[in-house]
Amino acid sequence: MSTSTDRPEPAATTLARGSDGRPVSDRGDTVCVIGAGASGLTAVKNLKEHGFGVDCYERETGVGGAWNWRHDRSPVYASTHLISSRPFTQFPDFPMPDTWPDYPHHSQLLTYFERYADHFDLRSHIWFGTEVIRVEPVEGDRWDVTTRSTGGYGPERTSRYAAVVVANGHNWSPKLPRYEGLEEFRGEVMHASSYKDPAQLRGKRVLVVGAGNTGCDIAVEAAQQASHCWHSTRRGYWYAPKYVLGRPADQVNDMLLALRVPLRVRQWLYHWTLRLTVGDLTRFGLPKPDHRVYETHPIANSQLVYHVGHGAITPVPDVARFDAYGVELTDGRRIDPELVVFATGYLPRFEFLDPKVLGDDAGTGRPTLWLNAFAPGYPTLAVVGLLQPDSGVFTLAHWQAVLFARLLRQRLVRPERAAAFAATVQARAGERYSGPVKDSTRHWFEVGHVDYLRAVQRALDSLEDR
Amino acid sequence: MSAVRIIRSREWARPVRPARREVVSVAPESDEGRPPLLFVPGFGHGAWAFAEHWLGHAASRGFPAHALSLRGHGASEPAPRASLRAYVHDVVQVAASLPRQAVLVGHGAGALVVAHALARYPARAAVLVAPVFGGWATFGAALRRNPAGTLPAVVGGRLRLRRAQLFSRELPDAEARRYVSALGGAGRRAQWQLLSRPALEPAVGDPPVLVLGSPDDRVVPAGALNRVARRYGSAPLLFPGMGHDLMLDVRWREPIDALLDWLEKEPAAR
Ligand SMILES: Cc1cc2nc3c(=O)[nH]c(=O)nc-3n(C[C@H](O)[C@H](O)[C@H](O)COP(=O)(O)OP(=O)(O)OC[C@H]3O[C@@H](n4cnc5c(N)ncnc54)[C@H](O)[C@@H]3O)c2cc1C
Ligand SMILES: NC(=O)c1ccc[n+]([C@@H]2O[C@H](COP(=O)([O-])OP(=O)(O)OC[C@H]3O[C@@H](n4cnc5c(N)ncnc54)[C@H](OP(=O)(O)O)[C@@H]3O)[C@@H](O)[C@H]2O)c1
Repeated sequence: MSTSTDRPEPAATTLARGSDGRPVSDRGDTVCVIGAGASGLTAVKNLKEHGFGVDCYERETGVGGAWNWRHDRSPVYASTHLISSRPFTQFPDFPMPDTWPDYPHHSQLLTYFERYADHFDLRSHIWFGTEVIRVEPVEGDRWDVTTRSTGGYGPERTSRYAAVVVANGHNWSPKLPRYEGLEEFRGEVMHASSYKDPAQLRGKRVLVVGAGNTGCDIAVEAAQQASHCWHSTRRGYWYAPKYVLGRPADQVNDMLLALRVPLRVRQWLYHWTLRLTVGDLTRFGLPKPDHRVYETHPIANSQLVYHVGHGAITPVPDVARFDAYGVELTDGRRIDPELVVFATGYLPRFEFLDPKVLGDDAGTGRPTLWLNAFAPGYPTLAVVGLLQPDSGVFTLAHWQAVLFARLLRQRLVRPERAAAFAATVQARAGERYSGPVKDSTRHWFEVGHVDYLRAVQRALDSLEDR
Repeated sequence: MSAVRIIRSREWARPVRPARREVVSVAPESDEGRPPLLFVPGFGHGAWAFAEHWLGHAASRGFPAHALSLRGHGASEPAPRASLRAYVHDVVQVAASLPRQAVLVGHGAGALVVAHALARYPARAAVLVAPVFGGWATFGAALRRNPAGTLPAVVGGRLRLRRAQLFSRELPDAEARRYVSALGGAGRRAQWQLLSRPALEPAVGDPPVLVLGSPDDRVVPAGALNRVARRYGSAPLLFPGMGHDLMLDVRWREPIDALLDWLEKEPAAR
């Protein structure tokens, strides 16, 4: 592994002073990438491939981001397997080994990213253990990026870049709901991000809140390890199995998408398939979904319903309030868990950037971007990986990175194309790439992968020579 | 070449089935950080065709050298119904399994497989040796020179190559016979696709591409060789007097040395 010693110090040429008067080292045409998770790695690789110099900063000591379980912010737990099958999840020009299972384990994902980094010699561009603490736009569409050692040690250093890719991930900062009485509750409380191992559940009475993919996975583990498992949801969902008609479910769905079957027909077909295979879930006490399939982020879990059927998971409604000894549910029932796991999801965080730069003028935390990547008025900035597709993230992040690399190249050789692109960003920021979804922060970045990639394809075509 | 196409529903929804693949590798004595080479044999040939001379020679010049057998060839898993897409998959899988970004070297129809693989893997560079890009003109030439071996392919039989198509006369008889007897056949669908020629997508990352061949090749007419080279914006490097199988013919050393010299000089390939 390389550390800062194998690469030259950022150019000593100190041409400018930063906003606070401190010296800034000028990195010329180099592009800065923040984060070396899947999105950051593909940004480094594709920028390099398009001829750009790249400096990448990573606060951890390894690559892989969320998929590196050694990282203190990694949200993966021992049993995490992909929910999107292999062909949808790999980078389009670096396939996972075809001997791997349809839904690989998180440790395989880490191997995959490490091999990607080595294969394309990306590590020599990465400054590990270095955290980006400030990113400020300066004249000429350039950026001052201030870094320091992770944990706040050592001096701050500011470098000036021609462009910035933000790839800091959006699944690490816990979203914790507030409840009346939670402070008095004597039991143990944790967010799913600190859940790592089923031993944490063993022999306990466990309440799992939330039925995203995390909540469903943890409920399934609790069904097998805990002495009792309640699973609380504030609505009904479509619990889709990982396999339908003998194939990974997303592969079946894409055959229909390839035939351009309309959304309503696909929803109908999906409901029908689920009725035939999973059956009517209200007989188990689960609420009826208040929406069509695809209107909430898809759940892919073949085991949840099975354990509900065994009585090992007791579905319960939303939590009303806590007190010292237990939990009151919205239907008036009381339960007495020893451990409560909030699998209530994550919120994005960009502490190093003025929220206005990402079009979040109201300060709600929700950026307003075009293609979930481009900020109006900032032609040399891109966010990569701020997506929650109904497939894998990495394929989409790859094409975002390619699009940005081509945009930067066109700024140099065909500025009129880049200008037209900037106008589109201005006009279409905030556009969505999915059918209707339920209003919830968890759907801020929800995209249908085909709708999204069609839009990226058009953007790529608009930049190409013709 | 058409523009990049990023929605690949068929590839996602119907991934190619895995097949056991034969890969023969020769490592250089010391790793000097040179890029690995992946040799892709043409239809009917297996990794053996490169194991004979080129792998060892490339390794002796410091390049980690690997050759694979496409499914249904050599010691790879039998695959009588393999398509061109399955062959491309095999090449990309092996390339991505190497520790560093590889140079792809395809021979004969293996060059066409490489040309397609370049759209799914960012090779550091590519070399197309006596490339068979197919189409009816190539078929016509093959029919004139070897009607008995070519005609059955039209009705779904196996394409057979003759000794005189593959080697110069200088190659000793025993050797030529040994090589010809080692030849197998490609999948029927893949053979047909040599005629129907699915469109080539653009190569990822624009790698430098070298085309080399022989004006005396009895499988690839000079015109076809020039057309392939022109597609990649260059002229072919020529080795007169050699047969189609440049890696097995008596003067096998000249083309491989030229190829390695080019790699050493080409900045993008380093
Ligand atoms: C349990 C779980 C399972 C998932 N399963 C799937 C799945 O099956 N398929 C799928 O496609 N997606 C899945 N996801 C979504 C997941 O977020 C993405 O797969 C992927 O990790 C996103 O990669 P990224 O690079 O954008 O973000 P991350 O992986 O979060 O990487 C961001 C990197 O940036 C670094 N960083 C952050 N801030 C700074 C800073 N200020 N300075 C320097 N470095 C910084 C971090 O240390 C980290 O390494 C899952 C998520 C969770 C929580
Ligand atoms: N195996 C895997 O590969 C895997 C595993 C886990 C996660 N993931 C991915 O990681 C991402 C995050 O998933 P996640 O499951 O952690 O989060 P999530 O998808 O945001 O789900 C959060 C769940 O908690 C509920 N919730 C949120 N706030 C609540 C509140 N205040 N009160 C009650 N319930 C509340 C949500 O309900 P509403 O629907 O009503 O908002 C939802 O059911 C997703 O993209 C997911 O696909 C993948």
